[in-house]
Amino acid sequence: MALPKRIIKETERLLAEPVPGISAVPHEDNLRYFDVEIHGPSQSPYEGEVHFAVRYRWRGIFKLELFLPDDYPMTPPKIRFLTKIFHPNVDKLGRICLDVLKNNWSPALQIRTILLSIQALLGAPNPDDPLAPDVAKSWKENEQAAIATAREWTQKHAVPN
Amino acid sequence: MDSDDDFMSAVSSEDDILPDDSDNDDLSGAEDFDFDDEPDPDLGMSKDIGRKRVAYDISFKVYQPADIQKQQDDLINEVNMILDISKEEAAILLRHFRWNKERLIEDYMDAPPQVLEAAGLAQEPTSLPRLEVKPGFVCDICCEEGPGLASFAIKCGHRYCVDCYRHYLSQKIKEEGEAARIQCPSDGCDLIVDARSLDLLVNPELKERYHELLNRTYVEDKDTLKWCPAPDCQNAIECGVKKKDLDKVVPTVSCLCAHRFCFGCILSDHQPAPCELVKKWLKKCADDSETANWISANTKECPKCNSTIEKNGGCNHMTCRKCKHEFCWMCMGLWSEHGTSWYSCNRFEEKSGTEARDAQAKSRVSLERYLHYYNRYANHEQSARLDKDIYTKTEKKMVQLQKESGMSWIEVQYLNSASQALQTCRQTLMWTYAFAFYLARNNLTEIFEDNQKDLEMAVEGLSEMFEKPVTELADPKLKVEIMDKTSYCNKRRIILLDDTAQNLADGRWTFNVELTGSAPTSGGPSNRR
Ligand SMILES: [Zn+2]
Ligand SMILES: [Zn+2]
Ligand SMILES: [Zn+2]
Ligand SMILES: [Zn+2]
Ligand SMILES: [Zn+2]
Ligand SMILES: [Zn+2]
Repeated sequence: MALPKRIIKETERLLAEPVPGISAVPHEDNLRYFDVEIHGPSQSPYEGEVHFAVRYRWRGIFKLELFLPDDYPMTPPKIRFLTKIFHPNVDKLGRICLDVLKNNWSPALQIRTILLSIQALLGAPNPDDPLAPDVAKSWKENEQAAIATAREWTQKHAVPN
Repeated sequence: MDSDDDFMSAVSSEDDILPDDSDNDDLSGAEDFDFDDEPDPDLGMSKDIGRKRVAYDISFKVYQPADIQKQQDDLINEVNMILDISKEEAAILLRHFRWNKERLIEDYMDAPPQVLEAAGLAQEPTSLPRLEVKPGFVCDICCEEGPGLASFAIKCGHRYCVDCYRHYLSQKIKEEGEAARIQCPSDGCDLIVDARSLDLLVNPELKERYHELLNRTYVEDKDTLKWCPAPDCQNAIECGVKKKDLDKVVPTVSCLCAHRFCFGCILSDHQPAPCELVKKWLKKCADDSETANWISANTKECPKCNSTIEKNGGCNHMTCRKCKHEFCWMCMGLWSEHGTSWYSCNRFEEKSGTEARDAQAKSRVSLERYLHYYNRYANHEQSARLDKDIYTKTEKKMVQLQKESGMSWIEVQYLNSASQALQTCRQTLMWTYAFAFYLARNNLTEIFEDNQKDLEMAVEGLSEMFEKPVTELADPKLKVEIMDKTSYCNKRRIILLDDTAQNLADGRWTFNVELTGSAPTSGGPSNRR
């Protein structure tokens, strides 16, 4: 099946005008399958490490896979975290609880807007609408400790290579 | 509990054979029945001498698809005239107000623009929806452009090509089961696609599904309406019983398709137990299923000679093939004792306090108590299924017998009625045990258990007759006996239900659990989308 014009246009734009802190690159052999990287937003536990003294700094980089199903854009893209992450709205398998990926999907939304929403979700976890109940619980009971864990996981798993 | 579902469906399909009017017909006899009397086989034969309303009777109405459509049309027409807006808009507004016409009219009179906006209707007067070809148009969904590309937009002006719009609507209707609240495809625009726009865009098949779904929202939006949960049934039932009444009444309704279910929780008929107890009981059974499962196994050992005995009919009167020992399948006690008035197979004898002093003994007693009730509950459930199997077999033989003995189809229907009564009574008996499990011990409970025992004995008697070989079933004497026993069973059931329902309505039962008064409904309408 030929690639729909919509997907071609979106891909072209993603490559030509990338969103800061986000990259999405299609596989050569399957143009519906994207390797995605999202930088943890600053001021969030997914930000990574900043060492002012040695002027060394790295960002948490989270890898995701994105797949455009046959009926895209009528149905939302399928997205999953590949990097382990401690977040109330992401489960063990990396699946994401995000309204625009479900009920609030609109065919007028794009890969770009969805990835931005995910980045925003990293900056603003929502433990009241959890996908990982245990994470959400610890988030609600002791936010400081949960944030520390999220930071720890970021250092362990979201390190750039 | 898996077996539960099996049972429910078994009953509903059995119900198809004969609408369950039988118990109402027999009501007359209930009035002059004396509890202390020995069963009087003639009771069943006295027919309809004026109907008496029983406590568990609730009023309800069954609506077929055309009725449901008409109700909606009437409301839409009314609002269309009163508010002077188009029918499409009236429909959207009514759905937005969950079909509360009075509130809609009131709010609209107050502030039309706000109401229209909240319902996703823009304010300009309606112009007929149409497809347009706009120069320079590029579709944001498929990125197609070019001369002659037909496009469509609802009042918000978010324009997409016809193909995308169609595709979008079909996705919403077919895959997501949406109808009343399909919004404009644009992200964040909550304007609703009205029925007329939809009719313009989609094919007849999709249109039909759309209107079907719209009908569904009408029923689902109204608290007094519920879909009949029987598979493939399109009817809805109207009943005024509210959620808060569910600790006072068990609102059993029966659809034109013959399925009988509880309007409160849409489970199959669970009289006499109120919804909340049913929910508690089912949860308990599910939680304790492993402990309890062995109980409902199909094989047991003869209490005398220990040879394995398989239960293959609904009757609990077991006779060991090897040693001819007669015993009760439920309590394993002597069958000969079951006919006497002092024997109580149905009652759990509470152990004295001294026996249950330490915690371990207490928990054992509480498990024993639960198993006592569960055993009987599960047994009636299983027996109802076995009774049905027997009937299916008997039915075939009756066809044969019709040919051989010259009996007419009408003349063999008494077996149908008997089977029907067995099913219905066993379903009631089953729930009497769940009910009794939650009853505190007092006089009322003892009367209940007496009624339960009477019904149970009657049912076992009928069940036993029913198991006779086909050649004997054709005997006119047995036929009369079966007919008498059938109406006697139905009568005992009515007495038990009437009594229980009356006490429930009067708040006279004492339960050993806390009842909140409003049992949460178990998913019904929502999962029918
Ligand atoms: Zn298009
Ligand atoms: Zn719009
Ligand atoms: Zn029905
Ligand atoms: Zn109920
Ligand atoms: Zn034996
Ligand atoms: Zn017994």
